[in-house]
Amino acid sequence: MRILEGENVTKYFGGLAAVHDVDFDIKQGEIVGLIGPNGAGKTTLFNLISGALPTTAGEIRYKDEKITSLKPNKICKRGIARTFQLIKLFRNMTVFENVFLASLFGISGDMPESVAREESLELLNFVGLSAASETAAKDLTLVNQKRLEVARGLATKPELMLLDELMAGLNSTEVSLAMDLVTTIRDKGITIFMIEHVMKAIMNVCDRIMVLDHGVKIAEGTPEEITTNKTVIEVYLGE
Amino acid sequence: MESARVIYRKPFSLGILFIGLIVLSTLPLYVQPYLVILLSFVLMYVIITLSWAIFSGPTRYISLASAAFFGIGVYISAILGELWPLPLVIAAGGLISFILALFIGLITLRLRGMYFIIFTFGVSELIRHSILWWEAKFTGTVGRWVIVVDHTTVYFVLLIIFIITLFAAYLIKRSKFGLALRSIGEQEEAAAHIGIGVTSLKTITFAISAFFMGATGAIMATRWTYIDPAIAFSPLFSFMPVLMAIFGGVGQLYGPIFGAAIFALLEEVLITKFPYYYMLLFGIILIAAILFLPNGLVGLVDKIRKRRQ
Repeated sequence: MRILEGENVTKYFGGLAAVHDVDFDIKQGEIVGLIGPNGAGKTTLFNLISGALPTTAGEIRYKDEKITSLKPNKICKRGIARTFQLIKLFRNMTVFENVFLASLFGISGDMPESVAREESLELLNFVGLSAASETAAKDLTLVNQKRLEVARGLATKPELMLLDELMAGLNSTEVSLAMDLVTTIRDKGITIFMIEHVMKAIMNVCDRIMVLDHGVKIAEGTPEEITTNKTVIEVYLGE
Repeated sequence: MESARVIYRKPFSLGILFIGLIVLSTLPLYVQPYLVILLSFVLMYVIITLSWAIFSGPTRYISLASAAFFGIGVYISAILGELWPLPLVIAAGGLISFILALFIGLITLRLRGMYFIIFTFGVSELIRHSILWWEAKFTGTVGRWVIVVDHTTVYFVLLIIFIITLFAAYLIKRSKFGLALRSIGEQEEAAAHIGIGVTSLKTITFAISAFFMGATGAIMATRWTYIDPAIAFSPLFSFMPVLMAIFGGVGQLYGPIFGAAIFALLEEVLITKFPYYYMLLFGIILIAAILFLPNGLVGLVDKIRKRRQ
């Protein structure tokens, strides 16, 4: 079953086409990777899906319902959560408050505080941040800040999670832990659409990969197909 | 240790609040009228600052529109004062300010930082000049007389508005919306992405804070007997709450309250004791406060508390 699909999705910044005529679809339960050189329009595409930016043209549908032109909070309530490439935590609030707030407002919006509290603690345990729950978010290390972003996204109870460069800046041990985290999240029944530059991670966890270059989708397929695709190699390595 | 301290601190501060309110509400029985008038003046600033802090404290949107809401209350009082009973006039002052703030909020709350500050200041100046123009053009006279109310009534009405404002501020702060307002101040984009309706939450909170400013304006008008746009919409009512809240610190509810009270008393003492150097001394104290108390009185209290442990 298709959970997310885009049709001729286009975004112009002035005269620059950041995303041009991109079609895509993501099936329930998949892990789909989105790769491409810097400036390819990957984060812009995420911003269009999550409602952070309005589209110039085209349509995005979530569970066969049009979500283009909805505000981010409405899109979150439909069941799409995301993390940010440049971490956007509530820096002066505690780790617990970051997750608790997402749990209170997320999909349900009227969850009793006691239930939200319990779920937040469970999620902190899930990402391994229980010990730091009373620490201010800004005092966490980079890898823990990224974990907190994931926990905060999960707290809204999404069915689709957009991960924007979760593994950038992590060392190799941290990357393999993060890969495990991604697959565990999928095993909970959450579909994942992820932007990534760490090839090892992308090749190992993704069922399918989409490649963007200059705002245009140039390839799509399984990791094996992508690694042998001529256009992709040209874009990444030059001719 | 930590939990033990929290347990005894809560009834303690509640007790202080309760005693304070009893003293304040019986005060006119045993002090001179001058003191009652002075305290009304202090309460006015406390309410405006506290209601300013309900919105601007957690969200960090610095509003300079307080004078607009206060002035609208003043004018409602001048227009309706002869026709309606006092409680209705005050409620109308609050309500019209509330509606105006909803409207202003919808236009301006999409702006951030400096743009928001300048826009709110512009809005309150725009309203002042529009009323000036309207008076000159249609009524032919600038300014109005206001029905006078005696000092004790003014004092008690202000006290009641203060208690309601404090209660509202407390309820908002400890609810999930209080936490959400803080998250808007921290990282608005992320707040929207976890399902918080940031625009409507900001607009409604902005309007609630305007309600109390309008109500205060409506009762304060009765003290002045004569008002005109320059008095009612004086930019001082926009700038003072900001200074007072910074002086007190916005992290806790008592910050803006004590900030405003101490500031207003200080102003009164300086004006009466040093009429020629008042502005100079006031400026020096303000600079010293910003240099040495970056987090206001709240920050100072926290520091002392930490040192004691």
